[in-house]
Amino acid sequence: MIELRDVSFRYGESEIPTLSHVELSISEGELCVVVGQTGSGKSTLLKAINGLVPYFTGGHLAGEVIVAGRSTRDHPPRELADVVGLVGQNPAASFVTDVVEDELAYAMENLGIEPAAMRRRVEDTLDLLGLHELRARSLLSLSGGQQQRVAIGAVLTASPRVLVLDEPTSALDPAAAEEVLAALARLVHDLGLTVVVAEHRLERVLPFADRLIIVPGDGAPLQVGDPGELMEHSPVAPPIVELGRLAGWEPLPLSVRDARRIAAPLRERLATIEPTRPGEGAALRPGSVVAATHRLSVSYGELRAIWDIDLRFCRGEVLALMGRNGSGKSTLLGQLVGLRPPTAGTVDVAGHDPVGLGARKLIKLVGLVPQDAGLLLYSATVGAECSTADHDAGLEPGTTAATLDRVLPGVPVGRHPRDLSEGQRLALALAVVLAPAPPLVLLDEPTRGLDYPSKDRLVAVLGDLRDAGHSVVLATHDVELVARVADRAIVLADGEVVADGPARQVVCHSPVFAPQVAKILAPEPWLTVAEVRGALEGVGP
Amino acid sequence: MSRHRGTGPSQRSLHPLAWWIWAAGMAVTAIKTTNPLLLAMIAAVVIFVVAARRTAAPWSRSLTFFLRLGLIVIAIRIVVEIVFNQRLPGHVLFVLPHLTLPHWAAGVYIGGPVALEAILEAFLDGLRLAVILVCFGAANSLASPYRLLRCLPAVLYEAGVAVTVALAFAPEIVITIASVREARRLRGRATRGLAGLRGMAIPVLEGALDRSLQLASSMDSRGYGRRDGTNRSTRRRATSATVIGLLAVVVGVYGVLAVGSLFGLGLPILAAGIALCALGLSVGGKRTTRTRYRPDPWRWPEWVVAASGLCALAGLAAAEALGSTSVQFSFYPLAVPGLPVLACVGILVALVPAIAAPAPPATVGPKALGEPATLEPSAVAKAVTFGAAGSRPTVVEGGR
Repeated sequence: MIELRDVSFRYGESEIPTLSHVELSISEGELCVVVGQTGSGKSTLLKAINGLVPYFTGGHLAGEVIVAGRSTRDHPPRELADVVGLVGQNPAASFVTDVVEDELAYAMENLGIEPAAMRRRVEDTLDLLGLHELRARSLLSLSGGQQQRVAIGAVLTASPRVLVLDEPTSALDPAAAEEVLAALARLVHDLGLTVVVAEHRLERVLPFADRLIIVPGDGAPLQVGDPGELMEHSPVAPPIVELGRLAGWEPLPLSVRDARRIAAPLRERLATIEPTRPGEGAALRPGSVVAATHRLSVSYGELRAIWDIDLRFCRGEVLALMGRNGSGKSTLLGQLVGLRPPTAGTVDVAGHDPVGLGARKLIKLVGLVPQDAGLLLYSATVGAECSTADHDAGLEPGTTAATLDRVLPGVPVGRHPRDLSEGQRLALALAVVLAPAPPLVLLDEPTRGLDYPSKDRLVAVLGDLRDAGHSVVLATHDVELVARVADRAIVLADGEVVADGPARQVVCHSPVFAPQVAKILAPEPWLTVAEVRGALEGVGP
Repeated sequence: MSRHRGTGPSQRSLHPLAWWIWAAGMAVTAIKTTNPLLLAMIAAVVIFVVAARRTAAPWSRSLTFFLRLGLIVIAIRIVVEIVFNQRLPGHVLFVLPHLTLPHWAAGVYIGGPVALEAILEAFLDGLRLAVILVCFGAANSLASPYRLLRCLPAVLYEAGVAVTVALAFAPEIVITIASVREARRLRGRATRGLAGLRGMAIPVLEGALDRSLQLASSMDSRGYGRRDGTNRSTRRRATSATVIGLLAVVVGVYGVLAVGSLFGLGLPILAAGIALCALGLSVGGKRTTRTRYRPDPWRWPEWVVAASGLCALAGLAAAEALGSTSVQFSFYPLAVPGLPVLACVGILVALVPAIAAPAPPATVGPKALGEPATLEPSAVAKAVTFGAAGSRPTVVEGGR
């Protein structure tokens, strides 16, 4: 179905090829998962399949990409629209019309499909993806998960034989992500579609994969193969695989169901041990309160974003804020930095109302790394960014650079922030925020687009911050991150707090937010592989 | 195949072209008069119709934006008139201290005596422009610009990409400005004033341009602008005929509107332009492969709406032809303007769409921008109670 023959690609000025001599053949009805670090060339590989690389990105492509017998050499993307459907990373940016139904019909209109057939296909797609109640809604009014499903539907109506998705679940809460992946699995099984999907969170997508394609980056050869076999030696692996390796399970389970079937002996061995994580006890002795909200409510017009929230944020604590898309997490973080005045109630950050604080004073009390960390960065080089940050906050020159060195050593000083990897960019934004040493540090969705090594680094940094007495708040969908680092967890639903307590209790009691290890080892509340490893080493074989 | 999207059968979206013809009729009427009473009437009629027939969609709020813009235009026009004084004769209201400019700037005056007539002229000029803006805003509010784009003939496809990107640009820039402003606050920098503006321009433009490129690539990968059966040279000839025709139409319209320009050739140029357009469109559209999903029908309400807009223009033209002097405002001598009856009747006819146009479907837009999903009751129950109704069996097994 898809053939890549000796494909090499490099962007205009770049010396290093993004892809080099790629040979790949994907047959019909396969679900392939593409894994790799940010900037490794995953997106380039995906876009090469429908010809957006090089038609839209520029650069030099050698070799040949053939999809359903058509070479992208002679067929620009628009000529492949009936064969390949591509769903980009940000579905909202790909919408061409304004109403769900029109968006679904758009590709078919371009292909010149009979009006009667169009009606039928739109109805089928609405049903297939569960969108029928949204048909007349404005696209801007949809939630992230709904937008993602509309974006998939919009390419499906053209009945392509290949579906290419670039990180379809990265912006979604766990439930919405499951929904999208389930829809994909159904398309493969029911319609025999060939699906190529790039994904950072392996734990979500691995059970569905027929084949795994690892893109190592810097033009190194791809590794392609059966997910089970590749996972045995892969340096990056989801918790389920790491647990399998630790327990010596054979064959390696990839889904929670398979793992639970062979986990009974392990569960027995662990039954007598109380799971703990180093430093976890400290969280139960909260230090001084850094910030608090009192009966805080925020509305946008008629919409109630958050409602009557009483919370305290303490020193030496990592707090995870969870909840589905649009449940009010970002609004709450915005309140803590005083982006807009509350509708009712008060916010108190170290004795001040953040709304009235001058920006310069504010950043000494509270720092927020927004979802798109790049928004915080404007300078032309990393070095300039650090020195302007020192200047803005009135710090000793070199403070930010030193902070950056602590967060992530070896970020190239001369590089433009846009050219950094996702992990490096996050580190730089975090350094800028941390340099004035605010007692309250907020991170909005910090693991979006992060690969496993960068995530490990982030977990270490967050742990250090807690030990140094900061109060850290994470708004996140990433349950594995919560499992590894959070002391306390809060679940928001429709703007209200529905759960607040020690992270271990909160996430283990919820099927949606439970990490993989907890699902496998339930009813015992184990959260991470590291805990299990520690326990097993303590007990001995 | 009508576009029933509302709850009742009488609710549907009017064909966007009908609204645009109606609004254009009103705008041209505004151009042709300087009578403040007529101008105010046009604005009132337009605003009334918009209030009666707009949808709840986000773009429906563009009228407010254009109203504000209109007020700004009037203010700027008056200030410019006062500062760059034309020294018109008439009733002097007050005298500003004036600058003596060097001889090479002869004819340009700054300051000096300000006459009532000059201010009135500036005000009416600004008002006329403001009313035109309101008409444009009304068309935007009543018919989604995206839906109008769907009516674009196949020949003008290349222009379609540009227009879609441009349409997406303005709302995107508003969103980007908000996020960049927030980010600047988080960095401890000025968010207002000149310093704030300077630091924001680059990130905002960068963000909006990025998004435009993404949109263009998305359109392309979904088959926009696919080659049809016609051969290249035919297509090129059709496109150039249409483009030249459109240019001729623009020049012709100018000639018709600005009386005395183009040596009276306005009408013939306009006619030639329309003929060229028709030729290009018919040749280019013949073998297009594009189809239309649930096309908006053109029925009697569309005829009524379009005709009522043209009625206003016709009424004004008739009044002028019959020698009514009150269509234009009289500065010398300064007089309270009268009300030409025919023109008034014409403009009032343009109110008809408020009743004749079908009510827009109620469900198209969100109640508020940025409103999160209306969740199915089951989904709410799932999240609130943490019930074990996960979407995969494994989840159920893992839960307790």
